[in-house]
Formats: sequence, structure tokens, C-alpha cells
Amino acid sequence: MSAAPSPSAAAAHAEVHQRPVLEINQLEKCFGDTQVLTSIDLRVKPGELVFVIGPSGSGKSTMLRCCNRLEEPTSGSILLDGEHVTECHGRALDKMRLKIGMVFQGFHLYPHKTVLANVMLAQVKALKRSKPEAEARAKEMLEHVGLAHKASATPGELSGGQQQRVAIARALALDPKVMLFDEPTSALDPELVGSVLKVMKRLRDEGMTMVVVSHEMEFAREAADRVVFMDGGVVVESGTPDEIFGNPKSERLRAFLSRLSPGAA
Amino acid sequence: MRFLDTFFDGAVMAKYLPDLLSAIVTTLWLSVIIVIGGLALGLMLACLHSLGRWYLTLPIVAFADIGRALPPLVVILIFYFGLPGLGIRLSGPMVLILVLGGVLAAFAEEIFWAGLTAVSKGQWEAGRATGLSFAQTLFQIALPQAIRLGIPPLVNRALAITKMTALGSVIGVKEILAVSSSAQSFSGSATPLTMAALAYLAIFLPVVVLSRLLERRYAWAV
Ligand SMILES: Nc1ncnc2c1ncn2[C@@H]1O[C@H](COP(=O)(O)OP(=O)(O)O)[C@@H](O)[C@H]1O
Ligand SMILES: [Mg+2]
Repeated sequence: MSAAPSPSAAAAHAEVHQRPVLEINQLEKCFGDTQVLTSIDLRVKPGELVFVIGPSGSGKSTMLRCCNRLEEPTSGSILLDGEHVTECHGRALDKMRLKIGMVFQGFHLYPHKTVLANVMLAQVKALKRSKPEAEARAKEMLEHVGLAHKASATPGELSGGQQQRVAIARALALDPKVMLFDEPTSALDPELVGSVLKVMKRLRDEGMTMVVVSHEMEFAREAADRVVFMDGGVVVESGTPDEIFGNPKSERLRAFLSRLSPGAA
Repeated sequence: MRFLDTFFDGAVMAKYLPDLLSAIVTTLWLSVIIVIGGLALGLMLACLHSLGRWYLTLPIVAFADIGRALPPLVVILIFYFGLPGLGIRLSGPMVLILVLGGVLAAFAEEIFWAGLTAVSKGQWEAGRATGLSFAQTLFQIALPQAIRLGIPPLVNRALAITKMTALGSVIGVKEILAVSSSAQSFSGSATPLTMAALAYLAIFLPVVVLSRLLERRYAWAV
């Protein structure tokens, strides 16, 4: 933890409570005969931001999607705050998913609902908040991502960056214990990436526990507590941003980094 | 003035107007029941279809395909003249409602289902990932989008099928065409048929215009 570049209250907090918020044990995933994940172990402590990098097809998305069971793990266990996600079924799984926020590359806002209704829907239907309560919370979250003035717009009227921030607000409104980001800025025009990263940076500073799959290495250097490098469905290397970017040990990581930003430090 | 006497004979009009008005009422209530029942049944079948269980999918797809393939008149005749042989005697309006409602349901199932499959996987995942159940995701997220996609073809299909209430004339239902064609043979004038055409226009033209407005309103950008 000492290597965290911007020590925050949350990071200090994390030193005290060492029980991981999210724990992945010996996760394996096969699609038919193809093994996509092999013996993945990952522990994410409270307030920690774990950044996941790796070439396309290395299983990053699949790993995230196993955490909330959008994909069914073939074996292994996932624990959230000590509770088995992998043993939940039906309604219990729906309840568990409330605690795991997910942000997709493609936003997936509901096009037939207003921005406000997007952020309210699961609060009312899944969390069973009253409508006024959900609306107040939705407005608060939209304010938080800088889009309070777009509450009555429809997603189609927003830029990609704005849509992604609404998607973040939609997940945050449910008070999740952990937020999973799957390439949140990969579908955005370069000039819109910054606004989304800024929101994520702020979330981190407020102590949200986060797992971020992304190619924004600059962001990783600034905000990540730990960087995990995946290739071919295994975790090849993990360490602080300094260790991973400054002193990569494995050949595969070195190759990946040089392919990604030739000539960069 | 041959034209006016043939198609717009005032005396004939006055004579058959009351009969025709009650036929219009019959056509209207039959249409309403067929449309509401057919769409509701089609929607329900599409929802069951979305569960992805083969023992539901198989009969639903069979129903939708057979319902769309058979000419309604054939089924109407079978129901009206064939079923009594099995001891099942249905009134003319009942046969009309069952058959046309069923045919509309077959088309509606297909249209709703096509709409559901057009809703992206990401929409489902966003719903489920935020803790919504399958049913909540279906009703709150997928179906509203599927219904919007389906409105133009549904309106066209509902129109086409309600116009088929005219088939009721072959099984003694006193709807517009039956009443006006019997008036035509009694009076020897084509005027009742003109009145029938006007009545159909009065009923369906507003619906066509309304559907145009509806289409324009729902052509929303994603
Ligand atoms: N639903 C699926 N069915 C079959 N193979 C899949 C499926 N989803 C992902 N894969 C395969 O799993 C591997 C890992 O994919 P993914 O987790 O998306 O990688 P990444 O996110 O790192 O690019 C890829 O080879 C991909 O083709
Ligand atoms: Mg991916």
C-alpha cells in the first residue's frame, strides 16, 4: 500500500481492515473446450483500486463478468465481503449483484428511459427504495458525475462520455461495495475520455473499492494501488504501478508494454 | 345520373341505414375484442418464448407458424361447420373472435419476439447486473423496446386482420359486409355496398392516420 501514489484517507483505512472486499479464489472458466481463465487468484482490499491490463482476448472481461456471474465460473469461488457470490441463486444472486457495480464498455443505458429514470430503475425495482428516495439519490449521483442538468434528457441525446458517466451514476446509486469497470473509456472519442477518468479518480479518492480493466496506462500510474497483468487467461504478474511499468519482470509483460506505447517511459 | 342512382340512391340509403349502423357496431366490438385479445395473447406467448425452454418454444413457434400460414377463411369454415360434428357448437361471432384473434396472436408473437431479439444483450446485462430479476428486466427494459420496434408492423397487421371481420358474412355474423350485401340483393341496388365501403373507411382511415403519427413519434434515435 505504501506505493500508492496519492495516499488518501481511504488507503489509510485499508491498512486497518485487511479483509478483502472482493476475493477471487482459483477461478477457472471454460467456454466449451476452450479454457479462458486458469487459476485466477485476486484479493481486493477496501478502498483499493486494482488495475487490470493485458492483451485482447486474455480473459479480463470474463474475469470481471464472473465476479457478478454474468458468466458462470466453471470452478473456483468468488467472495464479496466474506459472502460466497458463487453459491447464490435466484433472488439471493440478484441481491448480491446490487453490491457489485458494473460499468460496461458500451454503456448500455436504457434508450427508452430518461437519464433520471435510468438511475432510478434498479433502486426502485431491486433495492425497493421509495420513488422520492430513489429520485433524490439519483439526482445526487448525477450531480456527482456532473450531469444533474441532463436528468430529463434521453441517453440518445448525450455524448458517449456523458452516457458513461450516467452509467457510473446508475451503478453508484445502489451503494455497491465494489465497482467493476470493463474498458469504460475504450468506446469513447479521445477528447471525452478525460471526463470519465476524472469521475473514476474522484471515486477512488472517496474510498470506493474498484477493479478497472483499461488501457489508460496514464490513469493506472496516477490512480492504481496495484496493477495486474493477464495473458492467456492467467495472471502473469502483479505489483505496484512502479513495479509493473518501471520494472516488468516477465518477457510477456515487457512485450505487451512495448507494443502498447513504443518508446514511452 | 346513372352513376349516382347506382351507388348513391338516397331512398335505399335511408331504408338500410339503421341496419347498417347496427352492423357497424357489431364490426367495431368484434374488432376491439380481436385486437385486444390477439395482441395480449401474442405478447404473452412472446414472453413465454423468451424463457428459452424448448417445451414452451416448440409449441409457441408451431402455433405462430401455422397461424400465419393458414388462410383464416379455411379455419373459420372448419370451426363453424366442422366442430359441431364433434359436439362443439360455437356462435358465428365466437368463431370469428377465436380464429382472427388467434391469427393476430400468431403474427403478434412473431413481431414481439423479433423485437425482443433485437434488444441487445448489453441491455439485459445492464439490468441483471443492477440486481433486476429476469422478469423485471424483461418487463422494464426489453419489452418496452421490443414493443416500440413492433408498433408499425403490429398496426398494419391488426388493421389487416380486423378488416377480415368481413369474413363473418360467410358464417352469418351480422357485420358490415353481411348486412350490406344482403341489402344489396333485396334492393337490387349497389348503394348498400357503397355504404359499406364508406363505413369501413370511417372506421379504419382514422386508425391508419393515427398509426402514421404514432410511428413518427416513436422513431427515436438510439
Ligand atoms: N461467450 C463466449 N463464448 C465463447 N468464447 C468466449 C466467450 N466470451 C469470451 N470468449 C473467449 O474468451 C477469451 C477471453 O475473452 P475476454 O474475457 O473477452 O478477453 P479480454 O476482455 O481480455 O479481451 C477470448 O478468447 C474470447 O474469444
Ligand atoms: Mg474485454
